[in-house]
Amino acid sequence: MHSVMLRANALLTFSVTILALMCAMASLSDNFNSPSPTAQVQVLNIYRFQKKRNGDDEVSLTFNMSANLQSLFTWNTKQVFVFLAAEYETPKNALNQISLWDSILPSKEDAKFWIQTTNKYSFVDQGSNLQNKDFNLTLHWHVMPKTGKMFADKIAMTGFRLPETYR
Amino acid sequence: MDSIKSLQVRRTLHQALSLGMIIVSALIIWKGLMCITGTESPVVVVLSESMEPGFRRGDILFLHMSRDPIRAGEIVVYNVDGRDIPIVHRVIKVHERRDTGEVDILTKGDNNDDDDISLYAGQPWLQRHHIMGRAVGFLPYVGWATIIMTEKPFIKYILIGVLGLLCITSKD
Repeated sequence: MHSVMLRANALLTFSVTILALMCAMASLSDNFNSPSPTAQVQVLNIYRFQKKRNGDDEVSLTFNMSANLQSLFTWNTKQVFVFLAAEYETPKNALNQISLWDSILPSKEDAKFWIQTTNKYSFVDQGSNLQNKDFNLTLHWHVMPKTGKMFADKIAMTGFRLPETYR
Repeated sequence: MDSIKSLQVRRTLHQALSLGMIIVSALIIWKGLMCITGTESPVVVVLSESMEPGFRRGDILFLHMSRDPIRAGEIVVYNVDGRDIPIVHRVIKVHERRDTGEVDILTKGDNNDDDDISLYAGQPWLQRHHIMGRAVGFLPYVGWATIIMTEKPFIKYILIGVLGLLCITSKD
């Protein structure tokens, strides 16, 4: 009844159970955090706007953005993945979501930032619908925990209307 | 003499039964998870560095597949026709058709410089049926056990041997 193997087995089972319980509690504690992130974005310039050879519209732009996502961080947060997406409708597509820029925020100190940059990923439509098109800019984030459940949310920010002519 | 013999038969039967119970209950848990999560693999082990530092090699991910539409930013597990190993990457572009509801999806690993078009075996986009599930939960390190066992099979055989021996010799 009290052999070495039985004791080792009991100890292992107990410690794994405790570890699992602690992971579950750490993940559950994230639910008590009610974050209040803020962000503003401004499109500065459409420096290229053209129809590609295959007929799809392509836009290149510069923008600046300031955001404070520090309240997303809890003790169970490993990193926050943040990205800026352009979202719009076309006659063919009910939804087009195009990630323009993204970044990994490894710590709370990095989560308050100001950036001025160009789109990191190509902004290409499926077709030629972008002239005079309104699109929304949305900041999405994905909270990646040290353990447990992942969280995601977004803020819709100001939209922008593309010019009528290619440039 | 006879009573001792029947006792031994009983004990062996009992051991076989408890071993069977362990296997069956593991199977029930796995199949049950498949039903609840709606994916054929409710748990995957991260094998590559393409999502670092969010997901490291050896971490495990819990998947869920609901009818909700796929959206940018979600981490999905997809399997392109003609490739064996499923890939865990993030969705960066979504184009959803108005009439049919079909989606064109582009993915990218957080730690990769380029998007995944080169992994799609000639297709320009991923479609809904390539997606096996989206990652909803995360547990670090636990997947190392399976990585070690698949890469060093002799450790697996030693482990199975020792466990089997313990099972047979234990008096309990």
